[in-house]
Amino acid sequence: MRAETARYLASRLVTSALIVLGAMLLLFALSALVPGDPAVTLLGPQATPEFARQFIREMGLDRPLHERLWLFLTNVLTGNLGTDVLSGRPVAGMVLSVMPYTFVLTFGAIGLAVLLGVPLGVFAATHRGSLADNVLAFISVAFIAVPSFVVAILLLLVFSIWLNWLPVLGAGNADDLWDQARRLILPMAALAIGWVGFIARLVRSSMLEVMAEPHIRTMRAYGIPERLVTYKYALKNACIPTIALLGMGVGRLLGGAVLVEIVFARPGLGRLIFDALSVRNFPVVQGAVLVVVVLFVVVNLLVDLSYSAIDPRMRRGGAAK
Amino acid sequence: MTALRPLVQVLRQVCGTVPGALGFAIVLVVLGAAIFAPWVATHDPDRLDIMNRFAAPSAAHWLGTDHLGRDLYSRLVHGASIAMAVALSAIAAALTAGTLLGILAAWMPPRGEAAVLILFDVISSFPSLVLALAIVAVFGPSTFMVVVIAGITLTPHFGRVARAQVLTLRSAPFLEAERILGAGLPRIVFRHILPNIMGPLIVLASMDIPVVITIEAGLSFLGLGVRPPLASWGVLIQDGYQYLSDSWVPVVVSSAALAVATLGFTLFGEALRDAVDPRIRQER
Repeated sequence: MRAETARYLASRLVTSALIVLGAMLLLFALSALVPGDPAVTLLGPQATPEFARQFIREMGLDRPLHERLWLFLTNVLTGNLGTDVLSGRPVAGMVLSVMPYTFVLTFGAIGLAVLLGVPLGVFAATHRGSLADNVLAFISVAFIAVPSFVVAILLLLVFSIWLNWLPVLGAGNADDLWDQARRLILPMAALAIGWVGFIARLVRSSMLEVMAEPHIRTMRAYGIPERLVTYKYALKNACIPTIALLGMGVGRLLGGAVLVEIVFARPGLGRLIFDALSVRNFPVVQGAVLVVVVLFVVVNLLVDLSYSAIDPRMRRGGAAK
Repeated sequence: MTALRPLVQVLRQVCGTVPGALGFAIVLVVLGAAIFAPWVATHDPDRLDIMNRFAAPSAAHWLGTDHLGRDLYSRLVHGASIAMAVALSAIAAALTAGTLLGILAAWMPPRGEAAVLILFDVISSFPSLVLALAIVAVFGPSTFMVVVIAGITLTPHFGRVARAQVLTLRSAPFLEAERILGAGLPRIVFRHILPNIMGPLIVLASMDIPVVITIEAGLSFLGLGVRPPLASWGVLIQDGYQYLSDSWVPVVVSSAALAVATLGFTLFGEALRDAVDPRIRQER
């Protein structure tokens, strides 16, 4: 048993490392592939020739490719994500300063989605086949299908512009926690809504699956109250696939966060990448994308490990999917 | 007509449920608008009419006009063409690449197979929008890049299903018989494997249409996909969003079009899956 766990751990670690390495190679390849003169592409046509030459030398763009790759890899491993072309600030610092905003947004959204999705799923499962179940099923699909940036725009229109209940743009005053919380509500809801649908559906189907199992029947036969059977025993087993879903969903959530941050003009990783992109500030894009990928891999790894800790059956099966 | 009978049967089953029928109806409307856009539209989608900015919906302009006085209804109809063209090309590309890789993986020695599977894991675990940002940063925004990004993102979906299907097929007696009779790999793949694994792959393709529509609209909304003045739904939403203080009609109308279309294709795809094979579960 222990050897299996160790093997599983090792294989997950190797895959994670490979993903990060793949991302680094890809980002490096992209930067090397920049068509045309890299200085013109990165700096724009307004750059003077002297500045362009100096820039090329400083960025090491005149060195052979393998040297640049080596430099890039060793820099990243020592935490040096390069320098912002425009301000000269280190990219790592810029990324770190906006990361909390994206964190609060994505994890807030996950929390909200679990809080709403799990009860809805349990309700649907315990009222299987009823009108409410069918309506919930339809609402769940609608939540899943509609893109989060559309939800974001519509929420903004209704709650900020028409009803004037919540302030719209930005993350709020840094010292005013209440202001920050109020400005977080709409972006969080926009990001969470699709996941409410996903979670509700998944909890419903896995609840139904678990409820059909012999051990639940045995509990009922022993006269354990239905409420206890549902919430304590069935729900616990039914939550396992939900955790896996969330792990796989973090990537999509981060992607959705980019769009939501832009709609609501919130600072964050997405906004940082987008703003850098519009001025072709490739080092910032590169560094921030890499951080997103690493974040994503780490979260996935944690989810997978907690998954196998919660459900011992997974350890034997190898990859938790 | 005999060839069409299974298709008719499946569609009847799809329309047997309320969500399925609703989805099928929306799909037909969107497809109709996309194919017959020049005839369905009432105006030239790009014709400016500055005097008539933000006109309210009327008999002349069914859904009103946008910030440049262009007819919103006609732009939405042309948006359907763009969405469908992008979705179908991206899915065709992903279907081809994914199926080939999936079949290859099933046939390769374990180490090669593992490499392909890791590649699939890497692609599908990448936050695709973030990857898209990096790619667009280098190559610049274009409709073609949207197709490439969506195609790469979806390839693992098809690859995994194709591989799983081949693995279950490979030891089937009829294939063994073919091999003993001396059939080569190409014959086995094209004559026997492909026709047998196409069903689930087509279901998957239909379920991925709304995914591509969303990717296209999202990138275009950011100004990183289909470029204005082309009337992609994402571009229309961006236009409307920019002029939200002047009029809320364009943004609501174009968001609603996108939302209804993705919902319709999702409902249809899920009904199709349930009709063809309830066991297939979309990996997300």
